[in-house]
Amino acid sequence: MTVSMVKALNDGLRQALADDPHVLLMGEDIGRLGGVFRVTDGLRKEFGDLRVVDTPLGEAGIVGAAIGLAMRGYRPVCEIQFDGFFYPAANQIITQLAKLRHRSAGRISLPVVIRIPYGGGIGSIEHHSESPETYFAHTAGLKVVTCATPHDAFHMIQQAVADDDPVVFLEPKRHYWTKGEVGPAPELPLERAVVRREGTDVTLIAYGPTVPVALEAADVAADEGRSVEVVDLRSLSPWDITTVRASVHRTGRAVVAHEAAFSHGFGAEVAARLQDEEFHFLEAPVVRVTGYDTPYPPSRLESDWLPGVDRILNAIDRSLSY
Amino acid sequence: MAHAVQLPPSETPSAEPPIQLLDPAGNLSTDERLPLDPAAVDLPALYRDMTLARRLDTEAIALQRQGELGLWPSLRGQEAAQVGAAYALGGRDMVFPTYREHGVAWCRGLDPVSLLGLFRGTTLGGWDPYAHHFNLYTLVIGAQTLHAVGYAMGLYRDGSTGSGDPDRDTAVLAFLGDGALSEGETNEAFVWAAAQNLPVVFFCQNNQWAISAPYSVQSRIPVARRASGFGFPGIRVDGNDVLACLAATRQALHQARTGGGPTLIEAVTYRVNAHTTADDASRYRTAEETEDWTARDPLERLRAHLESAGALTDEYVTDLEQRERDLAERLRAGCRGLADPDASSPFEHTYARMPADLRRQLREHLEFVSTGPQDGERT
Ligand SMILES: Cc1ncc(C[n+]2csc(CCOP(=O)(O)OP(=O)(O)O)c2C)c(N)n1
Repeated sequence: MTVSMVKALNDGLRQALADDPHVLLMGEDIGRLGGVFRVTDGLRKEFGDLRVVDTPLGEAGIVGAAIGLAMRGYRPVCEIQFDGFFYPAANQIITQLAKLRHRSAGRISLPVVIRIPYGGGIGSIEHHSESPETYFAHTAGLKVVTCATPHDAFHMIQQAVADDDPVVFLEPKRHYWTKGEVGPAPELPLERAVVRREGTDVTLIAYGPTVPVALEAADVAADEGRSVEVVDLRSLSPWDITTVRASVHRTGRAVVAHEAAFSHGFGAEVAARLQDEEFHFLEAPVVRVTGYDTPYPPSRLESDWLPGVDRILNAIDRSLSY
Repeated sequence: MAHAVQLPPSETPSAEPPIQLLDPAGNLSTDERLPLDPAAVDLPALYRDMTLARRLDTEAIALQRQGELGLWPSLRGQEAAQVGAAYALGGRDMVFPTYREHGVAWCRGLDPVSLLGLFRGTTLGGWDPYAHHFNLYTLVIGAQTLHAVGYAMGLYRDGSTGSGDPDRDTAVLAFLGDGALSEGETNEAFVWAAAQNLPVVFFCQNNQWAISAPYSVQSRIPVARRASGFGFPGIRVDGNDVLACLAATRQALHQARTGGGPTLIEAVTYRVNAHTTADDASRYRTAEETEDWTARDPLERLRAHLESAGALTDEYVTDLEQRERDLAERLRAGCRGLADPDASSPFEHTYARMPADLRRQLREHLEFVSTGPQDGERT
């Protein structure tokens, strides 16, 4: 069946609610309105307002209350309305949600999912296009994942809900309306990367919103006679270096692309690990294509600011020039 | 032209006097706002637990002075508030404490030695939150108020509140300090609790100070009056009067369990010692103030009452002294006996199942520590 990512997430959440009476959704405007992106559309009607909860307007409250609910045996799925508005909840996410399992020597389990529409490319205003993934990935105790296809959206959201650890679930909002086939079973466990396209000359590593861009770049590169392998990381914490390593063994080269800022971005982690562990297999330095170390720009500038097909092709050229 | 800056008043804003059932001289009185039959309360037991909570505190301070603990936040002066509130709890009621609720922990039956681990640096937690319905201490001011709200939401969804069945109905008791009232999260907790009519009682020990900041820095109105702005009752009790604290908490918990929604209790008390053993209170408050409050000691007034009622028998006194000695001994030996955690413990329980990369880091770390000090390193 071919559906949009929004529909796939909606179906995934419906399935999760149906499968386990302890699952509940909570967030601003997710009930009657179905969320500003309609990801939770119709779920309140189906499951009632005790399971699809319109919360007061307070992000710390959403995550803090989810912690207490989880301590009482529930599996809350929180929606943060936009990436730029998770900051008021950062305290609860970082100092509480991420740490209570460890502090309690495993007695407190917090199976909480925090869904965040994230990333740019939709012509939005300030605070509506951010890429906060490394704030989370840098915090021990959290899992951080992002889907790039409707198939993954449908299955990964259910895997995230079933996971006993807190999961930050980043939804690339510019692909919310992209359609794709949704198959009956998940391809892989939540934390595994997937090779989206095979190739022999260079490994292009991407996740979330950048995956379709990377695939497009690989298409164009193929026209120019270059064979690009595209790896979709899917999970940033933990991240699947095994799949990346195997790909780099085949190609000898790696390019990492993401929307978040260059310095201290996830690409730095990938580059550092590859040079540390795979130095002898690398025929070129790991090249990064990213957003810049600036605030997210006004939307009129975002198409050049974001790593697009041309910048990715330039990076592939750079890698191949060694 | 200079603008007139309105500085906060230096005094705590004046308010209705706190409700009192036991005065500093040890006399009992009644108040229709807090009906309580003193004959139905085990006053000698209350006195015993207040005394033991104080002894626990005194011993912990001594252990800190001896270098056995890194830090200790003292509860001295707040025994009536904590023991009174704890005596109102039912076994299923869940407590979300700050870092100063040693008296509540004691009454919840926690091994007192387990309270020391966090401050000795052997653990980040120290006990099973579910075994005694007493959550881990929360060091981040105000954060626990939202956990209490969420837990109360869970009780409501479980049908464990307002069911009419006293064997089922449950409530949540969240502790907080007066400083915590300024945190956004506490205010969010109040909004949530009010809007959803949740079975949660917020118990604020207004000990007048948040480290060096007097309450007047936080607010122009008294603690208890804030509740009405959120839409639930606030009640102001003498926090050095164990009976008023017990009665108010019992009433509020009952109301919460039976579907009546949240209450904010302000227990007006005083932090007699410095904020923690690392703090110097003489830099921000006067000796006279501390002396004035020390004269309202919560243990003294209950003792005065028990004495006049002839309840302090020789047998009771001897027994209590023995319990104090036993507790002190247990704390001293227990504290020194708290083993340093394994080098692997920081890695454990970070996730439900250890990710492969963390396992690699653990292996590296264990290999490193097993080789002992390297050449040129300090031994
Ligand atoms: C969010 C946060 N900010 C600052 C601190 C540092 N701090 C620890 S205790 C404290 C004062 C708390 O005062 P209050 O809430 O009145 O509680 P009390 O210690 O008096 O019991 C502060 C500022 C903290 N622990 N958490």
